[in-house]
Amino acid sequence: MVNVRERAAAVAAEVRDPEMPMLTLADLGVLRDVRVDGDVVVASITPTYSGCPAMATMRDDLVHRLTDAGFPRVVVRVVLEPAWSSDWITESGRAALREAGLSPPGPAAHRTGPVPLTLGPSRREVRCPRCGSARTRIVSEFGSTACKALYRCGDCLEPFDHVKEI
Amino acid sequence: MNDSVYDGLLGGDSSQWAFGTDFEDPLAGVDTSVPAGIDATQLATYCLMLGDDTLVLSQRLAEWCSRAPELEEDIALANMALDLLGQARLLLARAAAADPACVPALPAGSPVPAEDALAFFRAAEQFRNVRMAEVPNGDFAHVVVRLLLFANARLAVLSRLRDSADAVLAAVAAKGVKELTYHRDWAGRWFVTCAQGTDESRRRLLAALDRLWPLHDELFTPHPVELSLAGLGVGVDPGSVRAEADVVLDQVLAVADVPRPGTPGVRGRTGRDGLHTEALSRMLAEMQVVARAHPNGRW
Repeated sequence: MVNVRERAAAVAAEVRDPEMPMLTLADLGVLRDVRVDGDVVVASITPTYSGCPAMATMRDDLVHRLTDAGFPRVVVRVVLEPAWSSDWITESGRAALREAGLSPPGPAAHRTGPVPLTLGPSRREVRCPRCGSARTRIVSEFGSTACKALYRCGDCLEPFDHVKEI
Repeated sequence: MNDSVYDGLLGGDSSQWAFGTDFEDPLAGVDTSVPAGIDATQLATYCLMLGDDTLVLSQRLAEWCSRAPELEEDIALANMALDLLGQARLLLARAAAADPACVPALPAGSPVPAEDALAFFRAAEQFRNVRMAEVPNGDFAHVVVRLLLFANARLAVLSRLRDSADAVLAAVAAKGVKELTYHRDWAGRWFVTCAQGTDESRRRLLAALDRLWPLHDELFTPHPVELSLAGLGVGVDPGSVRAEADVVLDQVLAVADVPRPGTPGVRGRTGRDGLHTEALSRMLAEMQVVARAHPNGRW
């Protein structure tokens, strides 16, 4: 018999991010835990950014998918600690981002003390997800959603999104 | 058939909407018990202070929507407004969870969640934000200077608040640090760009700095509640981060070749005491009007 918790976890892991549907919640690293307590499935998610408006949809989608899969009672909890990091995006998630024309994040800085200021252009190395060129230029550190920056390729000239390091 | 085309959309399943319509508790499942030895009212007041700062500034940034000089900067300002609004939501929800008595009473049956009641049903004198957050918008240089001064001070506070004895505040701070790092870098880069750009951009930058500088001291002026909670390891005394924030600000001023203004700060009671400029009332009138007109409304 398949373990009930594993089955619930597998269903929850396949729910997709509403703003970046090429990623599952597991790929994105926001699904922190799934457990079964009696007949209740408790799924824990963490926001990517404090104001991420996709949280409500993720919660609804988790409830729907789990209910459809035969789990009648679903509770979705918020976990704030530790704060989400783009480092939690899985390797398969990074591949899915590239496939969809988005540049995946580089390693995030993990600091404990005072935060240093960066007045120059950010030092991240970004390759164009379309043509692979390293001749890319930042257009804006803020893009179409809280988690993305906007870049342009210097060779194929296409604009593209880069998932920010956080 | 529905009499109104909208009737069929109400009630039942809300997930047909892009982001749902429900107001679920942003702290659902989070342990919000007040740490031992901490006064719940003080903790709630402290959360309101930090939360009101970001709520009010978020509203000011949102007023920039469609008005920025370039589309990219319009989107940048909206992104920063959203981050600050998210921080405000968590902080106001934390205030309400710590001390439900701080939440304004609403008519029976109102679906308004506690953090919205705090945002939309308090009068200006009940807000605890610093006045730097509330003064009206000016030109683009004004929002650059305001964000630089605010984000720089707030980043120094939050980077210490990550060690707060209150686990919720520590978690909100840890996330906020990551977001504000991007905000401060954005403002710092534009500060230098404006200062080193044309005569006109430099003139505007210096004028904005001149206008906002009298409110800069307030960012580092501790309120007794901040001092008390700092002593208990829950809050941060903003006065204690001044030197650290000054180092960063001097870095920006040096690169921009802009002298540090000499104008003294406004003294006396502050926004933390509920003393505000009249601009806050006007801003709140617009921000709150719909919620106040329909306290039982479902959206």
